[in-house]
Amino acid sequence: MKIFNHIFLSLLVACTVELTAQQTPADAQSEPITIIGATAHIGNGEVIENSIITFENGKITTIEKANSNTPTGKIINAKGKHVYPGFIMPNSTLGLGEIDAVKASIDQSDIGGMIPHVRSLVAYNAESKVVETMRPNGVLIAQITPRGGRISGTSSIVQLDAWNWEDAALKVDDGIHLNWPSSFTNGRRRFGEAPGVNPNKNYSTQVANIKQFFIDAKTYNLGNKATQNLPFEATLGLFDGTKKLYIHADDAREITDAITLAKEMEVKDVVLIGGSQAYKTIDLLKKHNVPVLVQRTHKLPDNNDDDYDMPYKLPKLLTDAGILVGLENSGQMERMNSRNLPFYAGQVVGQGLNKEKALQLITSNTAKILGIDKNYGSLEVGKSATLIICDGDALDMRSNQLSHAFIDGRMISLETHQTKLWKRYSNKYGK
Amino acid sequence: MKTTNFSSHFLALLCIAFVSCTTLVAQEYFPKNDGVKSKNDNYTAFTNATIIVSPTKTIKKGTLLIKDGKVSAVGTSITLPKNTVKINLEGKRIYPSFIDAYSDFGITPPKSERRSFGQSPQYDSNRKGYYWNEHIRAETDALDSFKFDSKKAEELRNAGFGVVNTHMPDGIVRGNGILVALNSKDSDAKRLLDVKSAQYLSFNKSRTSRQSYPTSLMGAMALLRQVYLDADWYAKGNVNTKDLTLEAFNNNKNLKQIFYAGDKHNALRADKIGDQFGVQYTIVGKGNEYQLIDEIKNTNATFIIPINFPKAYDVTNPYQADFISLADMRYWNQAPINLGVLAKNNVPFSITTSELKSLKDFTKNLQKAIDYGLDKTKALEALTTIPAQILGKSNEIGTLNKGMQANFLITDGDIFDSKTKLYENWVQGTRNIINDMSVIDLTGEYTLNLSGKTYTITFSGSAEKPKVSIKTDSIKLKGNATYTDNWLGLIIMDKGDIHRLSARILSDSNTITGNAQLSNGATTNWSAIKKTNSLKTEKSDKRKNNLHEIMPITYPNIGYGYAEKPTSETILFKNATVWTNEEEGILKNTDVLLKNGKIAKIGTNLSAGSAKVIDATGKHLTAGIIDEHSHVAAHSVNEAGHNSSAEVTIEDNIDSEDINIYRNLGGGVTSMQILHGSANPIGGRSAIVKLKWGEIGDNMIYSNSPKFIKFALGENVKQSRYPTTTNRFPQSRMGVEQMLIDYFQRAKEYETLKKSGKPYRKDIEMEVLVEILNKERFITAHSYVQSEINMLMKVAEKFNFNVNTFTHILEGYKVADKMKKHGVGGSTFADWWAYKYEVLDAIPYNASIMHNVGIVTAINSDDREMSRRLNQEAAKTVKYGGVSEEEAWKFVTLNPAKLLHIDDRVGSIKVGKDADVVLWSDHPLSVYAKAEKTIIEGVIYFDLEKDKQQREAIKKERNKLINMMLNEKNGGAPTQAPKRKVKEELHCDTINY
Repeated sequence: MKIFNHIFLSLLVACTVELTAQQTPADAQSEPITIIGATAHIGNGEVIENSIITFENGKITTIEKANSNTPTGKIINAKGKHVYPGFIMPNSTLGLGEIDAVKASIDQSDIGGMIPHVRSLVAYNAESKVVETMRPNGVLIAQITPRGGRISGTSSIVQLDAWNWEDAALKVDDGIHLNWPSSFTNGRRRFGEAPGVNPNKNYSTQVANIKQFFIDAKTYNLGNKATQNLPFEATLGLFDGTKKLYIHADDAREITDAITLAKEMEVKDVVLIGGSQAYKTIDLLKKHNVPVLVQRTHKLPDNNDDDYDMPYKLPKLLTDAGILVGLENSGQMERMNSRNLPFYAGQVVGQGLNKEKALQLITSNTAKILGIDKNYGSLEVGKSATLIICDGDALDMRSNQLSHAFIDGRMISLETHQTKLWKRYSNKYGK
Repeated sequence: MKTTNFSSHFLALLCIAFVSCTTLVAQEYFPKNDGVKSKNDNYTAFTNATIIVSPTKTIKKGTLLIKDGKVSAVGTSITLPKNTVKINLEGKRIYPSFIDAYSDFGITPPKSERRSFGQSPQYDSNRKGYYWNEHIRAETDALDSFKFDSKKAEELRNAGFGVVNTHMPDGIVRGNGILVALNSKDSDAKRLLDVKSAQYLSFNKSRTSRQSYPTSLMGAMALLRQVYLDADWYAKGNVNTKDLTLEAFNNNKNLKQIFYAGDKHNALRADKIGDQFGVQYTIVGKGNEYQLIDEIKNTNATFIIPINFPKAYDVTNPYQADFISLADMRYWNQAPINLGVLAKNNVPFSITTSELKSLKDFTKNLQKAIDYGLDKTKALEALTTIPAQILGKSNEIGTLNKGMQANFLITDGDIFDSKTKLYENWVQGTRNIINDMSVIDLTGEYTLNLSGKTYTITFSGSAEKPKVSIKTDSIKLKGNATYTDNWLGLIIMDKGDIHRLSARILSDSNTITGNAQLSNGATTNWSAIKKTNSLKTEKSDKRKNNLHEIMPITYPNIGYGYAEKPTSETILFKNATVWTNEEEGILKNTDVLLKNGKIAKIGTNLSAGSAKVIDATGKHLTAGIIDEHSHVAAHSVNEAGHNSSAEVTIEDNIDSEDINIYRNLGGGVTSMQILHGSANPIGGRSAIVKLKWGEIGDNMIYSNSPKFIKFALGENVKQSRYPTTTNRFPQSRMGVEQMLIDYFQRAKEYETLKKSGKPYRKDIEMEVLVEILNKERFITAHSYVQSEINMLMKVAEKFNFNVNTFTHILEGYKVADKMKKHGVGGSTFADWWAYKYEVLDAIPYNASIMHNVGIVTAINSDDREMSRRLNQEAAKTVKYGGVSEEEAWKFVTLNPAKLLHIDDRVGSIKVGKDADVVLWSDHPLSVYAKAEKTIIEGVIYFDLEKDKQQREAIKKERNKLINMMLNEKNGGAPTQAPKRKVKEELHCDTINY
């Protein structure tokens, strides 16, 4: 029995190792590093050809046109290569789930409907095998966001090379996520509802419930809180500006209702997520200075008569209108697809958006929207050395080939279990 | 057992009839206990009428003579027997009453036995002695569940109907119907004109059964085909057990066959099955047949068309209006022309009320159809002679010739005129009054004297229900009038006095006299003298003025459909970068000429001749993209009711109106294999199609198409994620192997028997499997992990054939050497993984490893969104594993062409191949590239410039239609709530029937 237990335990350990082993997180930056000769894409729209970038203790100390000054520290020759800020994936469930179809591996939602107190950070699996596949494509930061319900919970922002969630956290509890009800619903035949997509009869009630929740929460926060109410407590930051309200809404009517309500409730910072019809509410968004995290560009149009390229060009339409825009990719198979973030931005270039502006959609704009732009999102002196070196154009799959990636100056591994399998089997066949 | 039931039921009906209507229907041989036998042998003659004997024969000043429920004579000079009751119909018309050939009158459909949530699927039939599938119900006899519905009968008669052909609308084969006269007085013994009027079929499953199979439209089609084969096998005496279903099916063979299609495409599908088995169905349509009129005409079928029109959408809420598709709005706009279009194209059709929510809409809708172009004679035929013909009863019903059933209507004018009044509907010689002909029309202005006071009374409105207004000294008074059975009741309220007047109206005279009870209780006489006749302002027929403009039909008839089907052009691309996919590699500054649908020339400085010249400087020209694994343009993807469904084929259920066809053209896709899903190890046959937008499914399929079938392995086929327990074998990868061996072994034995010349039961499923064994049909196998990949190759080798393609094949890289040895190709995702357990080891380097080992490798989509940027997915193999760009491009063009055995026609730019090419704005592997023109066989199916115009046109048309619908609503017409049309996303594991 004892022997059996022992064997079992060893097996278990072996399996666990095989299943969860990820690349060892990199140590803190120990010496200055200088990248020479690369085209530096700053992330704010600017480009420095033939640049010199130095960073120390995780911070950028120099970024300028290459010159005759002696480079400091370890030197990386990046002539002909491109340097970009690490890409940021907002509204993500990375680390909250491993295998979509295996329920036991999913921790992305909870029950209760209005649960702003539920925090994603504590369930974030820093050792997720999916997370490590982000890095070779340049995705280095993510906003880990709970799903489901009306108010799904509180997100946090993490960097994607860490031993545990605590080390991963860049900004804890940055905002609350509100899933705005849809004005159309799918008829569920099981419940005897008319098939097809019909106007949602409960829409007004659902909206009224949200309003009541905010009124109650606000009122609670004014009181002495003799009995603590966790959901209401969690909303406090919305009214004092320490937390953002991320509203997930798509259709023009929903967006309008949502922003109107948020403003009425005096929520300080509102961000729209999804926004497939945001192009119809441009004036409202501008009036209230609401930025948009636009749904994945690799998506079909919502309606049969829509322009076939509507999702491709939506970020451009909003950008051209002067709205601050970032890209997100929630939806089916969102976790594993997150590594395609740079290509979602590239897709918009195909629609005529300037490449550097497209880069902003996944770097500085997103950093601003998430409130981490003080340190992240662009390559500027004093900001975090969270960046990648790419052989070619990182927004195009043809040429997105990374040679280095740094998070806070730490040179992180670009290997994954996938690259290991690639090498193992390539060796097997001698190819 | 069955027969006894039938007889006893029938007898019961007769008994009821006997008890209730003895005096009317007692047969000569029936005993009579409640009185004396008193037979009425009188004739009834309708004289001086305009008699529409048939739609094409009218007699003026004619006489219709009837007796015993039948027409004795009709004509102008008829000698009337002395015992004739005469009815003078001067100024009136007589029409044959209408026939509805498709009805469920008197039959209550069974309650639905749909599987409740959490209930295990039922795979086998629960019935013994019947066919193995519960949805085949040929033994159903409508009479068993028929109960004459007097209320509904009255509604039908009021709409003009005299006879309906009813049936049990349930199941794929629905058994026989019965023909019933809507006779209000006699019993079923007289009403039943035929107790086996027709056999009914459909593609819809029975509500009484939970049996899974079929779970798809294509499954229903395959099942029906197999029923025909099995019925034949049974008829020849090859089955030694009882099958009451097949017996009934064979017995019903000589009846008329009525197929409920309920849609234009399904009509074509039904007709195809009929053709295969030598049956010409009468097809029940939907009302959208005008959209495919040429194809509908080519079926040579007679149609039964519901007289239904969609209501306008309520578009008052602009946000909601946005969600209604142009196609749906257009359907509202165009549907009224349907019957007119059918008539003009000489498609024979009858009209049914079966889909009407209220019979009150019948007349209105019929008039609408006429206003929108339906010829009146054709309309009358569709209601009389054609349904009679459909039912093979032209010698009994549908006209008023001698010997026919005395089923006729009496009107005061043209029956299709909105002002015409329908007075009576006689059924089998039984009179039914709808509007009383004897009513005396009071309308007009009268001067009434009542105990010294003078009132001005005005009757207006209809003769039956006149409205009254009462004035004295030009002051309006309150009051009201009732008018029934020629008794007028009138109440006058004069300054607190209430006078109650009554009068028996005697004739059409100008004076009314009667009694009055005055407010004070006194009784007195009164009289009123007509001053002016009817005040009726001649109601002008407003209908015609309200006709809305009909939007033109496009191909397909939805947004982005083309006004005309585009045709093949001679096109010269000048100065392109040409990705040949041939030895020549990538040619710069090269011209390519497309002619007669083929690639005619490749070179420099080619002369244009009459060709349309396209400057391709700075652009790239490639072969069209081919998606080896798609579910776009399929109505259903999975026949999940059995673990093998080789009998089904996607070719049966192509949805040629899927907007994603157009969107994929916009992504440079020209060909795809539409695959069956992965719900079972042996799936269904594929459709290999070109995206010919605007053509119907059959025209999209490759001519002389290579034959393919989908197999599947792994989690989906073993139902790993079913929410309930299930009893379908296999439930493990171990079981899959045995199941496959079993099927192939049986197929082998089947073929041996077939070849032996001995009788054999033709089995569509086995026929298909034999094709695989004989290397005439190729397997595309959905597969993930290495164990199952290896297993399938070994099973194939055991039966001496090769697997053609592994699709998905995410662990192909682990057994690439074995695959290479077996000679199988791999069609995989570029970078998908982690969506289920079996893709944990899926890596984006898979394609490059397989390719490096020498396997023909393709990148596919299995996703309608991804397929429209498959060029980008190919580019990922450059990133992951360093495949050269030229080879990567072949992953989505030449290599899938090879895997699909169509590389002799498509997949590269080579003289003589099909002109299926794409002009790209940029390097085709780049995320920045846009397909500017997508061409199939020389036809430009997608053009970026044209697309811009289409968008504008759609906006304009939507706007126009929305305004029309607002007008409709403001005009008081009923509307329907907006609906968003969303085509369900179909993947391998979608079950959507």
